[in-house]
Amino acid sequence: MNDKLMDLRFTVNGKPYELKVKPKALLLDVLREDLKLTGTRTGCEVSACGACTVNIDGMAARSCSILALQANGREVTTIEGVADGDKLHPIQQAMVDHGAIECGFCTSGMVMSARALLAENPKPTREEIKKAIQGNMCADSGYAKYIEAIEIAAAKLRGGE
Amino acid sequence: MKDFGYAAPKNVGEAIGLLAKLGGQGKIIAGGQSMLVIMKQNMLVPEFLVDIKGIAELDYINYDKKKGLSIGALTTHRAIEKSPIIKKTYPVLSEMEDNLAVVQTRNWGTIGGNVCHGDPAGDPAVVFIALNAKLKIRGTAGEREIDIEDFYKDYLEVDLNPGEILVEIQVPPASPHTGVAHDKLMAMKGDMGIVGAAAFITVNPADGTCVGARIALSNVASTPWRSRAAENVLIGKVITSELFAEAGRAASAELEPPADVHGSSEYRKVMAEAFVKRVAQKALKRAQAQG
Repeated sequence: MNDKLMDLRFTVNGKPYELKVKPKALLLDVLREDLKLTGTRTGCEVSACGACTVNIDGMAARSCSILALQANGREVTTIEGVADGDKLHPIQQAMVDHGAIECGFCTSGMVMSARALLAENPKPTREEIKKAIQGNMCADSGYAKYIEAIEIAAAKLRGGE
Repeated sequence: MKDFGYAAPKNVGEAIGLLAKLGGQGKIIAGGQSMLVIMKQNMLVPEFLVDIKGIAELDYINYDKKKGLSIGALTTHRAIEKSPIIKKTYPVLSEMEDNLAVVQTRNWGTIGGNVCHGDPAGDPAVVFIALNAKLKIRGTAGEREIDIEDFYKDYLEVDLNPGEILVEIQVPPASPHTGVAHDKLMAMKGDMGIVGAAAFITVNPADGTCVGARIALSNVASTPWRSRAAENVLIGKVITSELFAEAGRAASAELEPPADVHGSSEYRKVMAEAFVKRVAQKALKRAQAQG
């Protein structure tokens, strides 16, 4: 009975899905393997690196540390759901323009953490930005440019410069 | 991870019924932020998971002048961190949350899950012990209450029978002339404390005497540790900074902390002394600031 598949009904990037998953499947596995949304990265798999960060009901959370079945009824957004068609989201655009992206492995997680922050707090202080991406490790140690890019994106989203 | 059975009951009654039916084979999962890590290591291999994360009736924060603070077991860490009620009544809990892991974890992890995980390195248990909190536990036989300091039995072992669920954490009403503080030794903000300490100090404003003290430490024993030795140094005396140093020494003297990659047993003893002194001083300042 223990590997019995169970129903998972949730929304990913605005689209409703109905899947059958094993209870032990992690949200990360279902996004990458079942839905082929591979922009969400598999990093440490022990909730240390933040590369697997997605938004669940608008909040940043680590998809490696959540059972897929726990997303039942919830709204998940991955990096694939952030841009508006071909038009990058201001957070993504600012990261590209500002040279924040080095190897890029941590970028999708960084974007998802920043997206949740700016939805909740459109005018974050530098300290608040640091706290929001404190759980996203960058192996290139490119934190300063990420922080600046998020500041630029926040200003843009507020309708400023 | 090994396969397991799974169900997500809709309310507490259903969850208790299911746990009773499973008779010890069922393991509760809430946010799973600590539990999934040890499941991935096969340190914990449950037959069946009863997922209570979605039970909305256990997600609340209330304050009543007579009853004090009530926190539903499935309140997230993030909700506690941000709660205006908590910032007003027990800001120490909000401060503790700010240093508990990272926002992505606090968004999903629950306070009850943390308390029941029974990790002696956890922060909430020591703060709640300092605050003299009680746990409300519900099972097939009804409801019982237990002092949180009696809840911890051994490393990752708590006083929760099969078929029981922690439903609420209760903190007594804020008392006057009282300060509470928590701090921990971290290599990086959000790390598990290598050693952590919480202090609750009540002073008599007329003569500066300490009339109440509760001090607890994390990651120095197989359970969260209440240091009565440190408390006894302070209670009944006019507090001086030398007395805080003595309380730190008293706390440290009774410990035989575990050693790991983060610190030797000796190092933890020295840090326990330093952190007891530090949080007690901070708690006193807060008590005095209350006038």
